[in-house]
Amino acid sequence: MRGAARALLLLAVAALTLGAAKPRLVPDVSQSRIEIRYQFTGVELLLFGAILYPGGRAPAEQADIVVVVKGPVQPLVVREKQKVAGIWMNVESARFRSAPSFYAVASSRPLPKLVDDRAAAIYELGLRNLQLSPGPGSSPEVQRRFESGLVELMARRGLYVEDPKGVQITEGVLYRAHIAIPARVPVGNYTAETFLIKDGRVLAGATRDIRIEKLGFERWVAQAANRWALAYGIVAVGLSLLLGWGAAALFRRR
Amino acid sequence: MDIYLPIAGLSVNALVIVLLGGVVGLLTGMIGVGGGFLTTPILIFYGIPPAVAVASATTQITGTSVSGVLAHRRRRGVDYRMGAVIIAGGLAGAGLGGIIFRLLQKTGQIDTVINMLYVLLLGSIGVLMAKESATALEIIGPRGGQPPKPKRHNPLIASLPMRWRFYASGLYISPLAPLLLGFVGGMLTVLLGVGGGFIMVPAMIYVLGMSAQVVVGTSLLQILFVTAATTLIHATTTKSVDVVLAGLLLLGSVIGAQFGARFAQKAKPELLRMFLAIVILGVALRMAIGLGWRPEEIYTVQLL
Repeated sequence: MRGAARALLLLAVAALTLGAAKPRLVPDVSQSRIEIRYQFTGVELLLFGAILYPGGRAPAEQADIVVVVKGPVQPLVVREKQKVAGIWMNVESARFRSAPSFYAVASSRPLPKLVDDRAAAIYELGLRNLQLSPGPGSSPEVQRRFESGLVELMARRGLYVEDPKGVQITEGVLYRAHIAIPARVPVGNYTAETFLIKDGRVLAGATRDIRIEKLGFERWVAQAANRWALAYGIVAVGLSLLLGWGAAALFRRR
Repeated sequence: MDIYLPIAGLSVNALVIVLLGGVVGLLTGMIGVGGGFLTTPILIFYGIPPAVAVASATTQITGTSVSGVLAHRRRRGVDYRMGAVIIAGGLAGAGLGGIIFRLLQKTGQIDTVINMLYVLLLGSIGVLMAKESATALEIIGPRGGQPPKPKRHNPLIASLPMRWRFYASGLYISPLAPLLLGFVGGMLTVLLGVGGGFIMVPAMIYVLGMSAQVVVGTSLLQILFVTAATTLIHATTTKSVDVVLAGLLLLGSVIGAQFGARFAQKAKPELLRMFLAIVILGVALRMAIGLGWRPEEIYTVQLL
């Protein structure tokens, strides 16, 4: 980690001598591949990098950084419980075609102070600006109700996170942010986006890919359950028969 | 000690799961019930997705019923002919149950249906058991002097056509009755992740009139086959059997069951039944509250 930071510092220094027309971002993540193994309880991702200004000098007025980590999108149904004859049960539902399975945003200052609603919507900044692609056939108010229900639920599970002070900027050129990835995230291709924002405008953006995958025994089990479902079921039954019979035999001998 | 469950897709404390299996196994050994009615709800409270909880609890019950069947076979406590009929019904019931499960999952009513069935079944059985064991312990006196002697043969079942002889059970009845009973049991296994012993045993005694020595063994035989089939159904349709979860549960429960069996020889059976009745009523009450109270989470998410 320290080596990477030093390399970035060198990069930043090198950029001082070059000079470009627009500021540029050189982002990196601590882990571009997250492996889920048997003791996986989630990881803490470190997103860091440098801001390269033309002329090599950071402006007097500091710009802000926003980092977004997004998981693969998935279609889903959100159901709403209502009281029917004394019992709480699912009554209404709404479909969303592309809800991110994970979404974490961290910024150096609270988002509403950085960007206006339009820019926030374009770059999907903040939990209120996710592009969920709601299904057809419901009024905007209903959609909004279900959207906030979904966002609240995912936030409670730690899958949607907003951290308004999660990015630290050092000397105006180096930034870093910690983002926690909980254990219950799905596998797939994730993206880590970094935005440089000043006066409500996005000056620069850059993306890094992160891959989360199951490995070893966990990967094998998950694959077997999907590809060879019947064989997997037979093995599960065999395992339980063996354990039950084994324990009985073991205890009888004593 | 945290461990990641590959199918459930989250990490749990392995010791908690093993301990849960152990407690359930203790009950199994002591009283002869599979304990699925405890495992499934507790797993769901713990945050395991309901489908995974139901499927994996079913796998666990297979394991715990093996040693029971073996023990009863040794002392000729299994009626294989009756067992075969009930299993045939059970497999058909499991098949239909699987279709109903998918249907309810699609319309989003599976959780409510599971909870309501639990409240109904556990509530009524808990009350019955508490009453019966309280009478046996002489906490409450028998009602109205001598209770009427229950008839050995239910007139409704005696009127069914096509009678078969079941020697071990001492019965000459139509196979349609146990077939139907097995059907209901199989459906409950798929829907609730329970073995169904807590329904089958009373029904075999009071409805079919089977002789008591073969009831528990035959019920365990049926549970063994139907839960094994149900595991296969879940593995191929809902793909929600988590072998790691089932393995952890089994580790606790097979050992717990052995200790429970020893403990049962020392303790008063009425006292055990009273204890079980209280546990059952507790679970039923918890689920009833869950249905009637405003839930913490109004919204639920289901992937498509």
